Amino acid sequence: MINLNNANLKETLLASLLELLRRTSSELTKDVYDIIEKVYASEEDGSKAKYAMEIIKDNIELAKKKSAPICQDTGTILIYVSHPVGFPQNDFRKLTEQVIIKATELGYLRQNSVNSITQKNAGNNIGPGHPSIHFEEYEEHEKSHIEIRMMLKGGGCENVGIQYSLPNVQIKANRDLYGVKKALLDAVAQAQGKGCSPGILGVCIGGDRGSSYEESKRQLLRNLDDHNTNAELDTLEKEIVKLSNKLEIGPMGFGGSNTILSCKIGHLNRLPASFFVTVSYMCWAHRRQGVVLDSGLNIKSWLY
Amino acid sequence: MIKLNYPYTREAIKDLKAGDMVLISGKIFTGRDAVHKYLHETHTSPVNLYNQIIYHCGPVILQNAQTKKYEVKAAGPTTSIREEPYQWEIMQDQGIVGIIGKGGMGPKTLDGLIKFGCVYFHAIGGAAQVLAERIISVDNVYLSELGSPEAMWELSVIDFPVVVTMDSHGYSLHEIIKRKSDQNLKMLLDS
Repeated sequence: MINLNNANLKETLLASLLELLRRTSSELTKDVYDIIEKVYASEEDGSKAKYAMEIIKDNIELAKKKSAPICQDTGTILIYVSHPVGFPQNDFRKLTEQVIIKATELGYLRQNSVNSITQKNAGNNIGPGHPSIHFEEYEEHEKSHIEIRMMLKGGGCENVGIQYSLPNVQIKANRDLYGVKKALLDAVAQAQGKGCSPGILGVCIGGDRGSSYEESKRQLLRNLDDHNTNAELDTLEKEIVKLSNKLEIGPMGFGGSNTILSCKIGHLNRLPASFFVTVSYMCWAHRRQGVVLDSGLNIKSWLY
Repeated sequence: MIKLNYPYTREAIKDLKAGDMVLISGKIFTGRDAVHKYLHETHTSPVNLYNQIIYHCGPVILQNAQTKKYEVKAAGPTTSIREEPYQWEIMQDQGIVGIIGKGGMGPKTLDGLIKFGCVYFHAIGGAAQVLAERIISVDNVYLSELGSPEAMWELSVIDFPVVVTMDSHGYSLHEIIKRKSDQNLKMLLDS
């Protein structure tokens, strides 16, 4: 059983979380960077698309070197914790808030949390719904370690997220995978460059309106190189990337042959009456990282 | 690559065409949602914006505890379309010559660009560090009561990289790309 009232453990966890946050905000993981390099190489020399990708690449390197935010919109702070039975969730939440306040003072995070009624900026990134922490308990005795994944999702890309209810007359999409495909391509076309393309689609088929958005974000935690365990969805993921790039929206919407870096699709059961297709668009600055903590709450390994 | 240097003139703005890649050197003023709402509602500005450029940006700026000087930690563009309800009037009221943002703007702003001889520059979204490096000084801050990201920061920049996507002659790269991608989408779905 982990006791977060123990001063040593508390200090170690604070340090581990701060390092996780620093790296999440200032460094892209290899899977993301590799695709960005590929995209840069594939755009035409002298084009606006190549120019955009060049600045993007320079920015990634500079942010890493300076330990500074890749993007000034440090976004919604999403944290996913997988833990053994009996993990002190409330204590963890309080410590996480301390770390976020500290990270905001250090400039790893922008003052980014606003009261929706008074419009007042909290100034320290703490408030209702922020940070957004999701706990998941392991089956008893199955695992004893703690995994923490963090994702920073900015407002520009969050604003182009979209949810379809099928059938949809406007885009002639029925309740089948072909209908899903139409919805996803429509989402990419509607987003244009506004979500800071080339982006990544996190998708959920099914669920209720809320759980569908939640799962679509969770899909963004997947390694971009992985394969969907469902063969049909795996094919669809690759097809969506290929077809989206044929729209010629390009980086930043300047035109070009790369609009989407990756597409990840999950599914939840639905009600007979509902068929949602939900898209969470992630910008090229896909800031997500994760750690495995040892029993002393030190960072044991990185998940990406 | 075209260079646009301060002080900005209407003539230099008129020469810029959608698709041009430009490096801006001189003054820019940040302004995002709250600033636009303020300028729109009050028709006044805490600083003279005539012939100036507004940058849709909510930067990360920290004040150095010892020197009390402001330091720009990150400063990329924010989505411009949210300012669509206000931008036309602000061009009219304040006489700005340029807007820097991302994602492009709508028909009303495009109309304002033609009417008031103004141009829309697209910066690279997310490139907060490359763009912060091109900011050489923080010269002043206005409307700081709106909170740091929403305040109006007066900045000096050098070789600030942007692409003209909407010009003062009525051309919008966003409209062109949208039309083309809609055609492509139709073809993909029909095939």
